[in-house]
Amino acid sequence: MDILDIADLHHIYRGHEGETIALAGVDLVVSEGEFVAVIGRNGSGKSTLAKHFNAILLPGGGRVLVAGLDTREEALLWPVRQMVGMVFQHPDNQIVATVVEEDVAFGPENLGVPTAEIIARVDASLRQVNMEDYRTHAPHLLSGGQKQRVAIAGVLAMRPRLIVLDEATAMLDPIGRSEVMNTILRLNREEGMTAVLITHHMDEAVKANRVVVIDQGQIVLSGTPAEVFSQYELLEALGLDVPVAAKLSILLAESGLPLPANILTAEQLVDELCRLN
Amino acid sequence: MPIKLEQVDFVYAGGSPFERAALKGINLSFLDGEFVGIIGQTGSGKSTLVQMLNGLLKPTRGTVTVNGLVTTAKGVKLKSLRQEVGLVFQFAEYQLFAETVAADVAFGPENQGVPASEIAARVDQALLNVGLPLEIKERSPFELSGGQMRRVAIAGVLAMNPKVLILDEPTAGLDPRGRDEILSRIRELHRQRGITVILVSHSMEDVARLVDRLVVIHGGQIVYDATPREVFAHGSSLKTYGLGVPQATEVLGLLKTKGWAVPEVALTLDEARQAIVRAYQLRRELA
Repeated sequence: MDILDIADLHHIYRGHEGETIALAGVDLVVSEGEFVAVIGRNGSGKSTLAKHFNAILLPGGGRVLVAGLDTREEALLWPVRQMVGMVFQHPDNQIVATVVEEDVAFGPENLGVPTAEIIARVDASLRQVNMEDYRTHAPHLLSGGQKQRVAIAGVLAMRPRLIVLDEATAMLDPIGRSEVMNTILRLNREEGMTAVLITHHMDEAVKANRVVVIDQGQIVLSGTPAEVFSQYELLEALGLDVPVAAKLSILLAESGLPLPANILTAEQLVDELCRLN
Repeated sequence: MPIKLEQVDFVYAGGSPFERAALKGINLSFLDGEFVGIIGQTGSGKSTLVQMLNGLLKPTRGTVTVNGLVTTAKGVKLKSLRQEVGLVFQFAEYQLFAETVAADVAFGPENQGVPASEIAARVDQALLNVGLPLEIKERSPFELSGGQMRRVAIAGVLAMNPKVLILDEPTAGLDPRGRDEILSRIRELHRQRGITVILVSHSMEDVARLVDRLVVIHGGQIVYDATPREVFAHGSSLKTYGLGVPQATEVLGLLKTKGWAVPEVALTLDEARQAIVRAYQLRRELA
């Protein structure tokens, strides 16, 4: 079953300076077990799109089906919200409790899950993000990466079908970023969790199965990381970029080194360079 | 406007059960016209440190001297200090509040008592300095893109004509083009107006290509204070501090372990390109 099935989605924001078209006919299907990265410049419509995944926003035109449920149906609001967990940019804005385990329990408590089951879910979720040693710690004393992992655990405790990270690494230091990325990669690859990652970091997008590029409210490019990041000129015209290793490979190819065109990571680049001899 | 920190300690919530030392024995000076980067893990003390530099926080022990004024001295005028040491916070666009861009940027100089006749010129200059078109002046700041809002907020600080500009993560959350635009404007400001720039960043790539001097802070203490080239030669210790090296340096490190004759550090992609091409040619000659 498709976790997300979005057809001809439109969204218009109405402000006192008139209307802004944020989404202008987006079609997107995300299947169970996929890991999709969404990239696009500020104001391209990425976050607006993400807010349609769990009915924070409702379609101005078109429709969004979450595991077959139409977000426009008010009666389905809670089932939809439970299936799609969101992690946002600011770790401090999404932590509600003063103890890690209570924070993780907040979601299932609100769903009316029985206490014994909540305890089991909190244990399991903290283990999934490798934070079980911190269950009685105060969240505000954790590092940024640890806070975001607690936020992910809080989402996992609601047993979602899809986890959405909306620039969840933007405020983190390099180690915090890799902690969050490794957590998501492990959840996706080992536990089959479906994930959508919205990011400005091309080096994170490379790790997804599929990269979707949004510009002016429309999907302009979609494919494997290798396919998308081979479109260097188009991405640059859209105000985006390619991963650092890909850029260095292009520079080296321009200097006459016979490198293949689809290099995306530092490790691939080094392997290909060593193969040249 | 030199800034000097001597034996600075800072303790949050001193005397309470939540007491925590954020800075320990910091000795650091910033000279006129320097472009300095500060890197460190979340919670390492970076933000506490920069708030010392304009008197927003005062040291628990030790002294901070800004242009000869000790911030903890009795009767010191911190207001003028804050105008000369401009601090742009993280996600500065959240502090925008006025109805128009022009009114928002004018707020600082108005409070400084700058004559009304001069304010318009200051606003224009500040907007040009951050690369925004003057047509934007009468628009609401809230209807701009994220990158533009961030630049309006920086213009608001520049309009006070600071001699030192401190930026805390000025590019967090911006797309690649927005990031490059802001950084190149900051570099121009530094070159053309000669103001001291202190850049707090999580991006090793950005500090590597921009700053002349890099300060690394860990656990409230300074662990490195040197050129980026010297600092990034310590890749494995940087990792234990929750940091890293620019990817250009990382590629060279991986090649070195495979026996390539490359230097340890490259600060820019172009530098890495040249090093790899040289090493490649050398390997072909030897083969």
